[in-house]
Amino acid sequence: MTAVHTSPAVAAGPAGNPANGPVHDATIGSGDGALVRVPAGGRLRIVDLFGNQAADTLLYDADDIDNRYSAFDTIREQGAVFLTTGSRLLSTRLDELAVITDDTVGRHDTIGGACAQESNVIRYGEHVRHQHACRQTFLAYGAAAGIGQRELGHNINFFMNVPVTSAGGLQFDDGLSAPGKYVELTASRDIWVLLSNCPQLNNPCNGWDPTPLQLLGWWS
Amino acid sequence: MSLYAHEIPGGAAWSTPVRAGRLVTLTALGDDANCSTLIVGADRVDRMNIPDTLKAQMSARILPPMVLMSDRGLALASVVASSLDWHDCLGGFGHDAHLARFGPSSYQADRNEWRRSAHTGLVTELTKHGLGERDLHAPVNFFSRVSIGEDGSSLSFAPGHSVAGDTVTLRTEQDVLIVVSTAPHPMSVAAYAPAGVRVTVDTAPVVGPDDASYVFRAESARALEMTRRAVA
Repeated sequence: MTAVHTSPAVAAGPAGNPANGPVHDATIGSGDGALVRVPAGGRLRIVDLFGNQAADTLLYDADDIDNRYSAFDTIREQGAVFLTTGSRLLSTRLDELAVITDDTVGRHDTIGGACAQESNVIRYGEHVRHQHACRQTFLAYGAAAGIGQRELGHNINFFMNVPVTSAGGLQFDDGLSAPGKYVELTASRDIWVLLSNCPQLNNPCNGWDPTPLQLLGWWS
Repeated sequence: MSLYAHEIPGGAAWSTPVRAGRLVTLTALGDDANCSTLIVGADRVDRMNIPDTLKAQMSARILPPMVLMSDRGLALASVVASSLDWHDCLGGFGHDAHLARFGPSSYQADRNEWRRSAHTGLVTELTKHGLGERDLHAPVNFFSRVSIGEDGSSLSFAPGHSVAGDTVTLRTEQDVLIVVSTAPHPMSVAAYAPAGVRVTVDTAPVVGPDDASYVFRAESARALEMTRRAVA
């Protein structure tokens, strides 16, 4: 079944700056990706236009891509597994790459990783080998910034819900997001943001129907 | 009996290639040991991937008979035995900043007791093999436990989780590079007294169809099967 998608809602500017239109406004189609350079102080909003869409995201110091987002350094230093407003997104050198400055969802996963053709085979079987996957998108869009296989770290899954239990269990649940909900990053230094609009069709992270995301950026 | 054994002192780092079909046993030589461990595949590009390992086996900790999986969906090693049912894989590796609470340390003052972090040790060891900082992925912190509150907003390190003599045994499923640091866990608040770890390497018995890691989950079996094809 293919869902009918209506036009995206018009996005308002960030709080405190409502009159300024975005300098970056792009739609990432279902299963596609993007590479965006955000200067220090710039704000990038990722809008879940239709709800329940996983936005797999990697961040890199634009001056040194070896200094990249580190999921486990980030959760340890903030003392919490989930990301939300106020979360400092740290690098493998403990540098702050960005801060989540707005979030209308409430929490986001960063331990579930990104889908790959190879991990899809492990999880679902050989028949999914040639389905598109996030790490293909990361490689396709990251190449322009010199980001290759060795530069891929463990990512953020904005809008995705991966509950972890105190008994050490882990599961995938329906997302907590809804149409029009968004998360906004403020860059702490010049960064690359590498996104894969997840094409996953085998688990509920996209509500079984990958849909477009919108990127809105405000910077000078 | 073993092919060889090696003792890593506390606070040190070490790396070694291990051929496929070996049993690698880590034994804590003191209480509260921590062994931050990276595993790299036979081609020295394919790395242990903790998120993939966890989501494929629906666990937020490492314990037998889980299979440690790579970026490329291959089995690197299977956890075939352990005296502990929880090894941390959420806490990441310690940085030099985490050692600051112990005060300044230098080779001039401390000689070989100079305190260096897991981050420094792991990058140094990776570099010896033509790898480096960009190859850093999340480690398994063997012998440590970090648990999570039900709301996900609290991570807690469990002091006293391991004691001298605790063990974990990995079976290598392909030729791997094992990189370890015995620096303190970054969430530990104990005084600086990192325990050493003994590494013993033995030949693994031939694996049969009833192997615990093969029968654990369909996902574990598929990772092992993909590796069998890759080395066939």
